[in-house]
Amino acid sequence: MTVNTGRFTTMTALLGLGALALTSCGSGGDSPDAEAADPAETETTEAETTESEAEETEDGDSESGEAAASGSLTIWADANRAEVLADVAEDFESDTGISVEIVQQDFEEIRDQFVSQVPTGEGPDIAVGAHDWLGVLVNNGVVAPVELGDTAGDFEEIAVDAWTYEGQTYGLPYSIENIALLRNTELAPEAPADFDAMIQMGEEAGTEYPFLVGLTPNESDPYHLYPFQTSFGAPVFGTDEDGSYDSSQLTMADAGGEEFAGWLAEQGEAGVLNLNIDGDLAQESFNGGNSPFFLTGPWNVTGAQEAGIDVAVDPIPAAGDQDAQPFAGVQGFFLSSQSENVVAASNFLINYVGTAEVQTALYETGGRAPALTESFDQALSEDEIVAGFGEVGAEAVPMPAIPEMGAVWDDWGSSQAAIIKGDGDPVELWQKMSQDITSAID
Amino acid sequence: MSTLTTTRTDDRSADGRRARRTAEAAGVGWKLLLLKIIVLGLLNAASVYAAMVLFFNERWLIGTLVVVSGAFLTWIYFQRGALPAKYLAPGVVFLLIFQVFVILYSGYVAFTNYGTGHNSTKDHAIHAIMLQTQDRVPDSPTYQLTVVERSGELGFAVTTEAGEVLLGSAETPLDDVRGAVVEDDRVVQVPDHEVLSFAELVDRQQELTTLAVPLSDDPNAGALRTQDGQRAYVYTSRFVYDEAADTLTNTQSGETYTDGGEGAFVTAAGDQLMPGWRVNVGLDNFVRAITEESIRGPLLYVTAWTFAFAFLSVATTFILGLFLAIVFNDPRMKSRKYYRLIMILPYAFPGFLSALVWAGMMNQEFGFINNVLFGGASIPWLSDPWLAKLSILIVNLWLGFPYMFLVCTGALQSIPEELTEAAQMDGARPFQAFRQIKFPLLLVSIAPLLISSFAFNFNNFNLVYMLTGGGPRDIEAGINVGSTDILISMVYKVAFVGSQSDYGLASAFSILIFFIVGTISVIAFRRTRALEELN
Repeated sequence: MTVNTGRFTTMTALLGLGALALTSCGSGGDSPDAEAADPAETETTEAETTESEAEETEDGDSESGEAAASGSLTIWADANRAEVLADVAEDFESDTGISVEIVQQDFEEIRDQFVSQVPTGEGPDIAVGAHDWLGVLVNNGVVAPVELGDTAGDFEEIAVDAWTYEGQTYGLPYSIENIALLRNTELAPEAPADFDAMIQMGEEAGTEYPFLVGLTPNESDPYHLYPFQTSFGAPVFGTDEDGSYDSSQLTMADAGGEEFAGWLAEQGEAGVLNLNIDGDLAQESFNGGNSPFFLTGPWNVTGAQEAGIDVAVDPIPAAGDQDAQPFAGVQGFFLSSQSENVVAASNFLINYVGTAEVQTALYETGGRAPALTESFDQALSEDEIVAGFGEVGAEAVPMPAIPEMGAVWDDWGSSQAAIIKGDGDPVELWQKMSQDITSAID
Repeated sequence: MSTLTTTRTDDRSADGRRARRTAEAAGVGWKLLLLKIIVLGLLNAASVYAAMVLFFNERWLIGTLVVVSGAFLTWIYFQRGALPAKYLAPGVVFLLIFQVFVILYSGYVAFTNYGTGHNSTKDHAIHAIMLQTQDRVPDSPTYQLTVVERSGELGFAVTTEAGEVLLGSAETPLDDVRGAVVEDDRVVQVPDHEVLSFAELVDRQQELTTLAVPLSDDPNAGALRTQDGQRAYVYTSRFVYDEAADTLTNTQSGETYTDGGEGAFVTAAGDQLMPGWRVNVGLDNFVRAITEESIRGPLLYVTAWTFAFAFLSVATTFILGLFLAIVFNDPRMKSRKYYRLIMILPYAFPGFLSALVWAGMMNQEFGFINNVLFGGASIPWLSDPWLAKLSILIVNLWLGFPYMFLVCTGALQSIPEELTEAAQMDGARPFQAFRQIKFPLLLVSIAPLLISSFAFNFNNFNLVYMLTGGGPRDIEAGINVGSTDILISMVYKVAFVGSQSDYGLASAFSILIFFIVGTISVIAFRRTRALEELN
């Protein structure tokens, strides 16, 4: 028992010491209460900062002049967007008198933070996000539709389609992101006509790899391989008459999908698709001039250019007999269903963020093709790289947003990995995957 | 470490003495009293302010707690005596907020259906459903809107494409209005009505955004609504909420949704309407964890692997650590200091970083291990279910042995050499002397550490997450659980991965884990008491 008693005294001593440090620190008294202000948020420290900032805005709005409107908007945005929005917010403030508080958040964090904060009343009025979050946001009842009205026609069709979920438009889009084929113009002077032509050109170039795409050993990468899948006429879901996905029709389970599975197995065996080359390795190899082709998104272009590669962006070559359509991700701004400032927020979105000036500014910091057609055309005419991605993007299909996609990605990826590795009959594995996905969706 | 503790102890006794002296002097020291009043004044000001903000936001419970705890703290510090309370109060406050509350809260969540689709209250759910099911009438025009007011009631004045000017309010459907002044297709003046400025709109935006002005007497024709106060569109509501009956009725199909008691509106046929809301589900999550086939199968498998992983991790690290400690404790070993320093290095790197580096080294085709150590072999370290398990254990051995090495070295050095000498005098061989004299003595001090190491590895999320992500997944199993997933990484997947989070189920799992670890620790500690009696 000696050991235990000893430890107990040490513990008490440490506790006492801590307590002493706190009492002597003077301000120690008020901080527990500041924290106690909302114990519901103690799970994450980040949430607390946001919340206290949000509270500050609410308190600070009483100063506005009489002629100007009172009220305030809180916006969650990631670092890049926050920068651009700060300028827009200033204009908005001086025009309307409504103060705008921009809270910087990590892009990846916004979805879950939004879902957990909106019900507590501490969420923002507007947040930045990706359209494929919609399923989760709508099912949790935290977003409100945004009526774009006649301005909807001013945006690229895919951008508005992507932000439409079950017939309602939930966001004001600002950029479109998709993958395309990067080509090292020194190694391959011309764009390939189809997949086989590309591999042939790659082999003729005499580099280590004929073609690169970043995969992972156990999960493959259905997102990057999707254009090849669509070229076999096997889109993941069928669509209703209004063009939105119908998750009850798993069209990739059809014959086209099985054909694609066979193709995957062939390419895996030939070593063209290599699960051990992940995104980083693929990028490194392409930047090192070890392959003429790299299937990737705009995020890897700067790195390649810095490595001295002369890059061209080409359409994705089809492996089957149909067009290769990648997934598009559309970023946009959405409204909270608990917002008490809907009039101010929708004015801010439609009349400020939806303008060509702001869309172009967002494009210039983000580097993704803008969603507003006017800015889109302008960006495409100015920059070859953006034009390359933009042209592929115009043919792209929105990534499905249904909440069950989480389960779909899991099954899809691990089955693709198994097929590429050659673990069994490709068609059987594909059918097993289709069954699992169907049961996960129901 | 030991020097540090000594200084702390000295500080403590010095502080203790000082504190006692000040406490004695408090009765007369007016400066101290003043300080006390200022500090407590600040505390109370802050808590009153916080409480006011909370009460304005209708958070009665938390607001009351703030006031009560502020008052309680004040009372403690104006007490004469009660020295322990004065020292402990601040620490206890933090303990309550950061430990007790968090534990109770996750305990509470385990009994709810909190997760995707059941995120908030019923009111919020109804509000969201109504918002999400306002369908704009296809191909209907945009109305240029002016918001007007008559005796406090808001109304819409709109112009149509045909040039008509219409006026209506919530009660009166749209109708022609005479005498209105129109500029640039927008009404700027209406008789008997006041036109609201944008600032006034913003002040009344809640009222404005819920206002629906019917197009005509026929409710099916739809109603004008606005979001930005400048344009109005015609909407029809897909659902009607009947507050008295607590039902939602679909205006198109006529189907009625009632509160099914499980946190969502359901039809008689069982169709759910999302979003739902958070309700108490009792023991449902625990029952599901144990009875539902798709969860139970993986749960058993994962639990077995978690035990194996935790046990083997402790065993391998302890054996290697002990072996090295004995070797480097031998005085015949030269430059022991430097070797010891190198040994501790894996312990000094951040664990998650090491795991990532190892993941790279174990790449089947490009990794250092296959390329260099195995001469270009293609060993699927991380993608074969059994090799992945082995890899995890190897990496954990690398990460964990320095700790065992450290504690064993310390414990060995505290065992008097005379004991070994005496044993040898009695004719024991070196191994016998170690096994029967040193080892039991060593276990007295090491056993509690082995138990805590077991508990740590039982929940060693970083390693699994960073090295394999729980994979490789068995595609035959219908659920996303990999062959290296331990309980805690499975809980993480249930709660946060993908888009169907189920916090309730994840919390239930956490509670199960807590009981498993707790039970094992209690049993193990009981058993180590037997060892202590050796002393």
